[in-house]
Amino acid sequence: MMISTFWYTLGQGFKNLTRNGWYTLASIATITASLFLFGIFYAVLANFQNIVQEAEKGVSVTVFFHKGTTEDEMLALKAELEMRPEVRQVDFESAAAAWEEFKSQYLGEYAEGYGGDNPLEDSSNLQIYMTDVSRQSSLVSYIESVNIVRVVNRSEIAASTLSAANRLIALVSFGIIALLIAVSVFLISNTVAVGISIRSEEITIMKYIGATDFIVRAPFVIEGIIIGLIGSLLPMGIVYLIYRAATDYFSSRFTMLKSFFSFLPTSAFFGNLMLITVIIGVGIGFFGSMITVRRHLRV
Amino acid sequence: MADEKNNEKNKAEEKAPRRKRRTKPRVTQDEIITIENVTKTYQTGSPALNGISLHIKRGEFVFIVGDSGSGKSTLIKLLLRELEPTSGNITVMGYNLGRIRHRQIPKFRRKLGIVFQDFRLLKDRNVYENVAFAQRVVQTPPGKIRNNVTAMLSLVGLAPKYKNKVTQLSGGEQQRVALARALVNKPDILLADEPTGNLDPGNSWEIMKLMEQINERGTTVIVVTHNREIVNSMRKRVVTMNQGVIVEDMEEGIYRDDD
Repeated sequence: MMISTFWYTLGQGFKNLTRNGWYTLASIATITASLFLFGIFYAVLANFQNIVQEAEKGVSVTVFFHKGTTEDEMLALKAELEMRPEVRQVDFESAAAAWEEFKSQYLGEYAEGYGGDNPLEDSSNLQIYMTDVSRQSSLVSYIESVNIVRVVNRSEIAASTLSAANRLIALVSFGIIALLIAVSVFLISNTVAVGISIRSEEITIMKYIGATDFIVRAPFVIEGIIIGLIGSLLPMGIVYLIYRAATDYFSSRFTMLKSFFSFLPTSAFFGNLMLITVIIGVGIGFFGSMITVRRHLRV
Repeated sequence: MADEKNNEKNKAEEKAPRRKRRTKPRVTQDEIITIENVTKTYQTGSPALNGISLHIKRGEFVFIVGDSGSGKSTLIKLLLRELEPTSGNITVMGYNLGRIRHRQIPKFRRKLGIVFQDFRLLKDRNVYENVAFAQRVVQTPPGKIRNNVTAMLSLVGLAPKYKNKVTQLSGGEQQRVALARALVNKPDILLADEPTGNLDPGNSWEIMKLMEQINERGTTVIVVTHNREIVNSMRKRVVTMNQGVIVEDMEEGIYRDDD
């Protein structure tokens, strides 16, 4: 392709936008609306996921050992568990440390009555934090099969609720994204179809003169891409501003919320969101116009 | 000086045989359009063209006449490769139109200039843009476009109005813009479909004279027309069609009444 052809095609693509101005505006508006909703959902879901992940960090499995198990054996199991991918962190608490803590928390000066005895001498334990709570039960059944282990304490409900919440988030986001993309492709395709019908005479003339398929089609595809690009950048700006304003408002109004969770800062997710949205927007524009051009221009 | 003259001579001599070589392999000497036994049937009804054969030499000026429904439009569409023949062979400028690949069609059409009854100009652009447009779509370098377009507009006498919107022009002027557009890519054949159909007699003659000039410069010109007066006074080859067949083909012919 020659450079002048490139500029010609690009120029025509931009001119198409103004030639059927209202339709262009309408489709930019609808894509903006779709991607705006997408952006809002994404921000809400990112926060929700963050809450779930924070909650997951607190869910742990506690392992107690049979009488007579040595500390070396316990530490060997700790090292082994730390190798597993679903395990984020393992804390070892010796019987002595457990007793010290119990004394300081609940007994205070009365603890002296126990002298050198440790009533919690069987309470050495491993505290396991996971990266993925949905794999908790398989981990537990593995640990229970280890012969030095006496009992494994865990919270089944917390784990299953959290992993269900995670699945739901994934499902909901997927469904919404699919729906919005379908709607936007339909709209872009309509705009391009209108553009083609408006310019059908020009297209016929181009064909008679000997324009290649590429030269005829390219301006329409570029038109679609530009619509997609504008339709993705615009809502991102709006989402950014709204998110900032909303989180500021909620954090200052409902200070007690802070003890439960904090909003994600825009820097934590906005880069990803921007990238995804622009890819979706340009993708919608490209494929929407490509499909339409192929169907309407049998050149 | 002498050397320069010799060079020019040599160039001229080089050009002549090259042109011959190009036409030789496929068709008989200097035949630019060969239609052999072509039938075109649409999905419904009787054939629009029924086994016609027509041979046109390079540089000829040919009128194709006939009533509506005689098959003229179908013939034009076949020559443009807008349609494919149902049977028979069409060779235009060495391209076998029955076998030409889709990708080659644009290349083929660039060697054809076409003019329509309704001008088919781009109404939202000015005269210059309409002609330049033809050069853009065939990817002429931008530096050459201006020279070529200016030259063409001078040829059709519209250079002073190059900035006007085509909607501000008279019918005759619009057709001249269309002619300039058809010729700017230097086609081997000019195909005109009822070029004077929407024009008054004065403008019709202007257009016809331009076409004759273009023909004298070596372009093969084919004009489909209803204009009896013009056909009868120009004394060119006339091919008469009726109900899908060629009923008469005369050198220096006339447009005869059926009755």
